[in-house]
Amino acid sequence: MKARIHIFYKDSVFDPQGNTVAASLQRLGFNTVKDVRIGKVIDVTLEAKRIEDARIEIGKMCEKLLVNPVIESYRLESIEA
Amino acid sequence: MRVGVITFPGSNCDEDCSFSLGQLEGVEVSRLWHKDTASLGELDLIVLPGGFSYGDYLRTGAMAAISPIMSAVKEYASRGGRVFGICNGFQILCESGLLPGALVKNQKLGFICKEVTIEVGDPSPWTAPLSTGTQLKLPIAHGEGRFVVDPTTYSEMKKHGQIAFRYLEDLNGSFEKIAGITNREKNVCGMMPHPERAADLKSRDGMKIWNALLRQVREKA
Repeated sequence: MKARIHIFYKDSVFDPQGNTVAASLQRLGFNTVKDVRIGKVIDVTLEAKRIEDARIEIGKMCEKLLVNPVIESYRLESIEA
Repeated sequence: MRVGVITFPGSNCDEDCSFSLGQLEGVEVSRLWHKDTASLGELDLIVLPGGFSYGDYLRTGAMAAISPIMSAVKEYASRGGRVFGICNGFQILCESGLLPGALVKNQKLGFICKEVTIEVGDPSPWTAPLSTGTQLKLPIAHGEGRFVVDPTTYSEMKKHGQIAFRYLEDLNGSFEKIAGITNREKNVCGMMPHPERAADLKSRDGMKIWNALLRQVREKA
């Protein structure tokens, strides 16, 4: 099974990368840009009989290593066989 | 007094820490590897040095925080054992939950490597007998030294006197200019600046090489 996880800084944590990219976009004339946040995508391939099992397993992985809840939040973007 | 210095894959201040501490009278340094899981109970202090453990993969300190030795370090700390983290060591202590908050990319994204002035914050065994407000000049060398913490945790930290060091000036966007903290029990401490890089009185022989270089250039001129 394949799972895709999106991880971002929490809104309360300043993202200097996103901030710099937003400023650059505005400099290029994209005046519609209000904010940019840069996160990461993690693809995990795992063995699981049911999607629900995989979902629980991914949750544990995020809790134990993939995500630091002090600064980050995550979203399980997709999970498919 | 026995001091344990841990080496993780990618630590690069472990030698400096061991050398610097080893110069002190009565200190015996034990080098520890991140896979060691033997009891740490005989040590008087454990130091997590700076560096780039696991190449800063995922998040700084995240991989080292789940190294085999860290379970033993957590147990050691839970029994009141003293644990000190410098730079990447500080990041590892936050990732492992031994210290509150987290360290993220500097506000201006750049790697900062220079001597800075910090001042001693709340009184703790880590800084005694230095009084609050004592200024120290120490080098920093980090790309991810911006301390972040939620306001509720910060007010708890303040209440319990856990702010060990603050930068005199805002350098990296660190919350409340925090440069170092302790846990509530005060047996775990982490700081971004490098004391081990400003504690060597043993040799000034490097000056002889610099002088020789200068002499060579002057003579050629």
